[in-house]
Amino acid sequence: MNILVLLRMIPDVVEELEISNDGKTLDREFLRLIPNETDDHALEEALLLKERHGGKVTVVAPDAPELDDVLFACLAKGADRAVKISGVEPVMGGRAAARLMAQVLTTAPGLLPADLILTGVQSTEDLDGLMAPILSHLLQLPYVDNVTQVTADGPGKTVTAVKEFPSAVRAEFDVQLPAVLGIQAAEKPPRYVPVAKVRAVMKSQHLESAAAPAGVEAGQLEILQMAKPEPAEHAEMLAGDPAQVAGKICEILAARGVL
Amino acid sequence: MGTETTLVSEAPCEITLENFLEFPEGRKVLSCIQCGLCAGTCPYGDVMDYPPRRIIAMLRAGMLEKVFHSESLLNCVACYACMAKCPRDIRLTEVLLPLVKEEIFVHLPEVPPELQKALQNTLRYGNPMGESPRKRVAWTKTTDVPIPILGEMSRPVDVLWFVECYTSYHPRGQDNSRALAKIFNGLGIDFAILGNEEKCAGECARLVGEAGLFGTLQDYTMTLFRRYEGRFNRIVTSGAHAYDAFRYQYPALGFDYQVDHTMPFLFQHLEQLKPMLSRKLNYRVTYHDACCLGRHNGFYEEPRALLTAIPGVKLVEMTHNRINSICCGGGGGGMWLDTYYKAKGYERLSERRVKEAVATGADVLAISCPYEVSRFEDAAKVLGYDNKLVVRDISELLAEAMQS
Ligand code: SF4
Ligand code: SF4
Repeated sequence: MNILVLLRMIPDVVEELEISNDGKTLDREFLRLIPNETDDHALEEALLLKERHGGKVTVVAPDAPELDDVLFACLAKGADRAVKISGVEPVMGGRAAARLMAQVLTTAPGLLPADLILTGVQSTEDLDGLMAPILSHLLQLPYVDNVTQVTADGPGKTVTAVKEFPSAVRAEFDVQLPAVLGIQAAEKPPRYVPVAKVRAVMKSQHLESAAAPAGVEAGQLEILQMAKPEPAEHAEMLAGDPAQVAGKICEILAARGVL
Repeated sequence: MGTETTLVSEAPCEITLENFLEFPEGRKVLSCIQCGLCAGTCPYGDVMDYPPRRIIAMLRAGMLEKVFHSESLLNCVACYACMAKCPRDIRLTEVLLPLVKEEIFVHLPEVPPELQKALQNTLRYGNPMGESPRKRVAWTKTTDVPIPILGEMSRPVDVLWFVECYTSYHPRGQDNSRALAKIFNGLGIDFAILGNEEKCAGECARLVGEAGLFGTLQDYTMTLFRRYEGRFNRIVTSGAHAYDAFRYQYPALGFDYQVDHTMPFLFQHLEQLKPMLSRKLNYRVTYHDACCLGRHNGFYEEPRALLTAIPGVKLVEMTHNRINSICCGGGGGGMWLDTYYKAKGYERLSERRVKEAVATGADVLAISCPYEVSRFEDAAKVLGYDNKLVVRDISELLAEAMQS
């Protein structure tokens, strides 16, 4: 089975985010990027499928700072190829990313045809999680989102995708291949790869690159303004021993008419 | 400023399991008499499929591969008990076990999630808790004394204080750092810290078998030390594991600074310190020997001398003390394996230790390794002893005894 995994780098919120002077974008000077969590799950699901049914896993990612280390880690985990898309905008909404991916996948050599295209259902830089559905539309492929498990009976023409619905309802879909799947979570947490393995891969394997085609249409949404949320009120911390704290809670509840 | 860790360079690692028998340390394993003292003294010996004795037997029989595919040594908390007791002086915790753990680690089908997160955080942020590297220095804003940062100074200092992770970020670890700042200041120590440039020294990554991560951190810290060459004379750290890393591992990369843990360092200043300890603390104190400090480096009496120098402190001993001390369970990656151990139904070593401490009638459990404060405080809470026993670093007690 030939599987493509689309991976995006997103801002790491362990660092405090700052807004640039233009008031519309994040200040990228101190910003550090990490792989999008659900994309990481998409890679894990792809690797599990490869382990069970054989085939190849190719990771495709728009270029970004710190991406090389991440792609080498993907190779060390078991991906066969890692392709960087160069010449891309630093910030892309879901629609622009979908257009870019669709064009790269159809123009860069050796990526399509693929049996499965897996990517995370959501990313913090994709406002409404539309990257994967738009991509499937552009490529004219079937799409299932919020997938938590993918099973195949071998290298056949279909896979079964388990999709989560609200109220703990699960549904199984028989999906004709090729298809795009939006992964919500892999069957098991993404694996750890020892640093020594990543180092070894850095010496023995290489990253490929594909240029972003010129004139990828921008998204239809434009960011007009970015602002940090302003705390309206601060929480009051109740101090003292348990009896004192309980007393204060009673007073507060009584003052609000709850008691 | 170097806040990113690069993966590309590689630390030399001369002894491996393949060339093991070419080294005197490796050949020594052949002298094992299979007495089983190591397994008997091991705090998790009863749950290990392959305690040190069996590992050696399997190594000699050429069956080590079987051990590599087990999780056995995830139960090794690198407490140095087996090594301290071995009648043949085989350097189990220092040499053989880390090499076997390295192989086990790469073969693990799944790294327990808590441990995985700690290792990923350490690689990415330079600390296992996943805190921002730009906030490593934040604690210094909460002290009454100035904490100079080496990179911001134009003159050299005597002591480079390597603060380490829990003592930079954990709220109770920071109490230890604030106390040390007060003591250093009182003693007139000419010191500076690395500030946000500092990252974990890496010893626990090594002791859990993540040798590549240790090498990466070691490279990073050695590059920093080289950059500041001539700007400090020696290193002092309250990190018992950092002390071990600098003393035993970093020299392979050319590190030749004098390094002290804060306990022996403050002990060297005891006569100067004594007149400053003017506040009487009427505490009944029992001391937990940290594995790295006690069994590994023989610092049994220095922490006790510091404690008994505090007016009003009455020192009482636990049943297991000095060489027989029971590990807090935090070494060798155990710090991030509590959930794993619990799922297996093992007793938490920190709880076993807290029960012993309570049995002495002490009201203070004194410690000297930054992992222990959170481990023992948690254990005391779980056991319902938190109103009977408080956990304090010796530095905290010394600072408390100093009239401000
Ligand atoms: S204590 Fe030493 S000699 Fe005895 S079994 Fe263990 S390694 Fe061998
Ligand atoms: S170092 Fe401690 S935990 Fe590890 S095998 Fe030896 S005695 Fe057991």
